Amino acid sequence: MGLARTHAVALVGLTGALVEVEADISGQLPGIILIGLPDAALSEATERVRAAAKNSGCPLTRNKLTVNLSPASLPKHGSGFDLAIALACLGADQMVSAGSVGRVVHIGELALDGRLRPTPGMLPAVIAASRLGHGTVMVPAGNVEEASLVPGVRVIGVASLRDAAIWHGATLAPIPVDPILVPRDAAAEAAEPDLADIIGNDDAILAMQIAAAGGHHVFMVGPPGAGKTMLAARLPGLLPDLDPEASLEVSSLRSLSGRAVGHALITRPPLEAPHHTVTAAAMVGGGSGQIRPGAAARASHGVLFLDEAPEFASAVLDALRQPLESGMISIHRANAVAHFPARFQLVMAANPCPCGQYGAPDLDCTCPPSSRRRYLARISGPLLDRIDIQLKVQRITAAQLRLAAETPRLVSAVARGRVVEARAAAAHRLAGTPWALNSDVPGPWLRGPAARLGGAATAILDRALERGGITMRGYDRVLRVACV
Amino acid sequence: MARKDELGRQGEECAAVFLADAGYRVVERNWRCGQGEIDLVAEIGGEIVFVEVKTRSGTRFGHPFEAITVAKLGRLRRLAAAWCEQADARPARIRVDAIAVIIRPGTEPVIEHLTGVF
Repeated sequence: MGLARTHAVALVGLTGALVEVEADISGQLPGIILIGLPDAALSEATERVRAAAKNSGCPLTRNKLTVNLSPASLPKHGSGFDLAIALACLGADQMVSAGSVGRVVHIGELALDGRLRPTPGMLPAVIAASRLGHGTVMVPAGNVEEASLVPGVRVIGVASLRDAAIWHGATLAPIPVDPILVPRDAAAEAAEPDLADIIGNDDAILAMQIAAAGGHHVFMVGPPGAGKTMLAARLPGLLPDLDPEASLEVSSLRSLSGRAVGHALITRPPLEAPHHTVTAAAMVGGGSGQIRPGAAARASHGVLFLDEAPEFASAVLDALRQPLESGMISIHRANAVAHFPARFQLVMAANPCPCGQYGAPDLDCTCPPSSRRRYLARISGPLLDRIDIQLKVQRITAAQLRLAAETPRLVSAVARGRVVEARAAAAHRLAGTPWALNSDVPGPWLRGPAARLGGAATAILDRALERGGITMRGYDRVLRVACV
Repeated sequence: MARKDELGRQGEECAAVFLADAGYRVVERNWRCGQGEIDLVAEIGGEIVFVEVKTRSGTRFGHPFEAITVAKLGRLRRLAAAWCEQADARPARIRVDAIAVIIRPGTEPVIEHLTGVF
């Protein structure tokens, strides 16, 4: 009897693969069989499709439908295949034009009343469809803005399965429905906090600007109430706007984590601040079945802030070592490998000891030396070795507070301007090399003829290296921060 | 007789006539045993066909075919074996068919026939 095929997109991490959805009608008792490695949510698509089709006024055939998702070996997740399955079924039954259905990629979840629900991961899915040579994509009305962010793709937004069927040539009268929209994410639109809120701590503010300019990782140590968290929260505000490629990546990751992307690409660097009880899977990504991006991936092109860093499980902290080096997270599962970008700037904050008062001028520490040593030793040496800037932050005094009212303070916009200038200078200096930021530059280049500082400038550093005070890697880190 | 039973009997009548017109020889109707009932047993070209007839007066509560479940088909398959045993028949092949009859009041019955559904 009838046969029709169309296309959908399966996402593994941020990369999408085109899935061919075929539907065949055979002369059997009514039923839908879905084959081709669907997960639980996708297996339930048959029930959603049957109900949605009936309630849209274009019921499925009374015979048996076999729906195949090809390639069968690729694991497929979630509810985004509903629309493609429904239209393949209707195409096989000649309710809609099978030819028209075959030329379009369909992504979207069906509600039982036939309306289309916005689907997470729309942006990476449409990017994948476009990259794989498909120019026309049909998406739920709630996802049109997001899908339209991809250049060169014709996006067809439909509110219901009925509308979709009509677009594909079904002889039905349109019935207007209320489209299901993505709820607005108020948190995403909140203004970034300003650097001007910080009183005193001028060293720390300077360090933050250097970190922003060079893309360096930062470790702050200081007593409670010194403003470590405030400083870290203001670092994204110092970073320049994301370039188009980065902004597409950040928006895709956001879409993949099921949050609203809105009508424009995200241009500001993200800030992720996971709680210290976070698991390794939540940090780097994971999950059974569908592999989701973790906090480190969501912080890509932005800032990953770990407050109370020694309180994190050491396995979680050490899981960050590999992405810090490679800028990439690869999560391996038996049936798939997902790659996520993880080019984040790491900011860690810690108290100097369990009671937090060690080194503070106003209060005495009550911790025994052994527990003090143990506390910061929880952050492993190899991780600390990857951090370019270590910083002591002190609580401000009453005098500083009074003084602060009189002296003008640096606002984020001005500081960002300086960061942009510094980055432009770095780009000029590094022209002809594959690197753009100080933190990207490898040691040999810094010590090589292009950037050699000369004997006098590095004398102290050379001595420290001779005495074993710093490692070779540490030596390179110092050069990297100092290199201007 | 309840209305639904009356409708069912009418449907079976329609189905029997339909099969006879299509060249089948109706062997038995409403054959019962301890396990249940076979609506129609027919024969064509040496093949014994066991037919489940489902009758509805409309499709408001779904198409008649949708009411034929996997469990029902399984029962029909067992009944088929039981029928062959008691009839001492050794058919070359057997087949299970489904016939849907929709009898809307005041209109001609609509009959659909699915062959080899099991």
